[in-house]
Amino acid sequence: MLIIKNLHAEVEGKQILKGLNLTVNAGEVHAIMGPNGAGKSSLASVLAGHENYEVTEGEVWFEGKNLLEMAPEDRAREGVFLAFQYPVEIPGVSNINFLKTALGEIRAYRNLPPLDAKAFLQLSKEKQKLVEFDAKLVNRSLNEGFSGGEKKRNEIFQLAMLEPSLSILDETDSGLDIDALRIVSKGVNKLRSPKNAFLIITHYQRLLEYIIPDYVHVLYDGRIVKSGTKELALELEEKGYDWLKEKEEVGTN
Amino acid sequence: MSLIQEPAIPLYDAVVKGYHTLSTAGGGSEDIGVRRARQSAFDQWRLLGFPSIKNEDWKYTNITRYLKDEFALNGLVAGDEPVAAVAAPAGLVKKATIPGLDALQVVLVNGVWDGKVHGASPKGELPKGLELLKVSQVLNDPAFAGYFGNGKWGNLHFAYLNTALFTDGLFIRVKDGAVIEKPLHVVHVFTGDRNLLIQPRHVWVVGRNSEASVVESVVSAGSDVKLWVNSLTEIFAQTDAKLDHVVLQTAGAGVRLVQHTTVRQQKQSLYNNYTFTLPGAELVRNDLQARLEEDHTETHLYGLYLAAGGQLVDNHTLVDHQKPNCYSNELYKGVLLEKSTGVFNGKVFVHQDAQKTNAFQQNNNLVISKQATIDSKPELEIYADDVKCSHGSTVGQFSEEALFYLRARGIGEETAKALLINAFAFDVTEKLKNEAVEHFVNELISQHIPNQTQA
Repeated sequence: MLIIKNLHAEVEGKQILKGLNLTVNAGEVHAIMGPNGAGKSSLASVLAGHENYEVTEGEVWFEGKNLLEMAPEDRAREGVFLAFQYPVEIPGVSNINFLKTALGEIRAYRNLPPLDAKAFLQLSKEKQKLVEFDAKLVNRSLNEGFSGGEKKRNEIFQLAMLEPSLSILDETDSGLDIDALRIVSKGVNKLRSPKNAFLIITHYQRLLEYIIPDYVHVLYDGRIVKSGTKELALELEEKGYDWLKEKEEVGTN
Repeated sequence: MSLIQEPAIPLYDAVVKGYHTLSTAGGGSEDIGVRRARQSAFDQWRLLGFPSIKNEDWKYTNITRYLKDEFALNGLVAGDEPVAAVAAPAGLVKKATIPGLDALQVVLVNGVWDGKVHGASPKGELPKGLELLKVSQVLNDPAFAGYFGNGKWGNLHFAYLNTALFTDGLFIRVKDGAVIEKPLHVVHVFTGDRNLLIQPRHVWVVGRNSEASVVESVVSAGSDVKLWVNSLTEIFAQTDAKLDHVVLQTAGAGVRLVQHTTVRQQKQSLYNNYTFTLPGAELVRNDLQARLEEDHTETHLYGLYLAAGGQLVDNHTLVDHQKPNCYSNELYKGVLLEKSTGVFNGKVFVHQDAQKTNAFQQNNNLVISKQATIDSKPELEIYADDVKCSHGSTVGQFSEEALFYLRARGIGEETAKALLINAFAFDVTEKLKNEAVEHFVNELISQHIPNQTQA
């Protein structure tokens, strides 16, 4: 589904990703872990098409198409979804109208007929229930005045509505208390299927107790330096990231 | 200064001629108070002339280029026959009609009302307590003429010009204690077969303890001629009166619109104004003045200007707190597209007498294009010591983060921008009390959302 080859990217002239390789297949959940500043969130932004990031080298293929050539909206329409670490508040745009517009544009892109109001409402209700999203929040302005947890749950609700094939969760666990974390994880687990894939970016192992990954990768200094199964996450939790730095320094010296 | 400058403006001579015609012939039957007001206004206008950027209130609005054309005075001067057709083009009235709005509709063509009311009772009767008259019919009646006797307009050049030469308009009276349930929709149609100066004059009297709602729409026939509209409305909100006043300025190319509105508020009266200016007219200058002449009044001024093309939209507002315990709140928002220019000047004046005044003012602008300009000047002048006043002004561009967030959900760039503009305007449109009007305004805004990339 997703093939990243030797990806180099920079922001404001500073090299962030330095030759990243990753392959994600349908049905898989990959966790990307690593210390602060390793480039985890940058990877998410580059995949979603944020204009501040410039890809200087490498390729990204999504379902056989060159992702890097696409505008952010086309990436979303093709089936890439980024759950933001810091969802933006947009006063005056209602949550539900925003979703209706997004779904409408995605369906038009895929040559699907638009959903009528009734079908949309039904879909919305169904998904609210699935991810335990408060109906009161649905009609409010997009993320305006939402708590940190409500914003993250809104991201998962949007994910459920738009049904992407690749979901990138950028530190979705940050700022969540344990109850919110459980609800968010439950939602993601319900949305997992053999057809879609998840890329979960996190600093802590905690989230991975609820969303069990198939693979765990350690991102350090713009590259994946170690890959393994879910046990790797536990090892990281225990040892921290310092041993990586030492290893890297030994390696480069 | 003006004596050297003015002869270069063709309209100046036309006005002088027009005044002599009017004062010798047509004005003879008018009430003496009206005639005096005209004479003093004309004398004052000759001193002031047309404003230039040397006048503080016109510093950012240079009208020189709009005054280069010749304008006829619509029949005032001998040999200049008035525009014959006073029937409103049906398409224009339809354009102005607000779907789903259950209203009484009157149509004025170039400031002249045909006397018809649409949407009245089956017998054609107006609601009890509502009186509508043509201004031209009341100018010889001392009982009405008192409302037209104001010859003092401070530094308002165009108000003097209007007072000297106006001939018609709409007189509205809501009688004491009357509550008019249906909004009154006043459609102002401007049209001409040659360049015209059109000067409507309206007076609205909202009686004691009465309640009414007026929606004004300004539309024009698309043509090659230039129409200079210098409109003046004087509103008297008497004790305990409540008036909701919506203005939808949707005039088209060729129109230069100067619209002056003065509201005189008596004790405990409430006045709400919502002014929306949309792309079209090349020049729009609004002077909205709320004179709080007695205590315990409440005033809300909401404005939204969406300017495009080479349009110049200037909103000058004044809230004049003369007496204690009055409340005023003002929110104006601007969206500047393409090569448009916006001007906002909001003045709040608190007299020494006006203790316990609450006055708030805010102006926010979204500048979409790099070729667009906004000049924003909030002003507070306070002479009382026990007041709560605030003002603020912001200028910004699209939030890149918000735009990216929307695009990352599959929403195309143009649609995303449209959503953000509507969201920005929302603070103002949500204040409209009538849902049909709110829906109509939101639609108008959507129609003018840019199909342009950030230049």
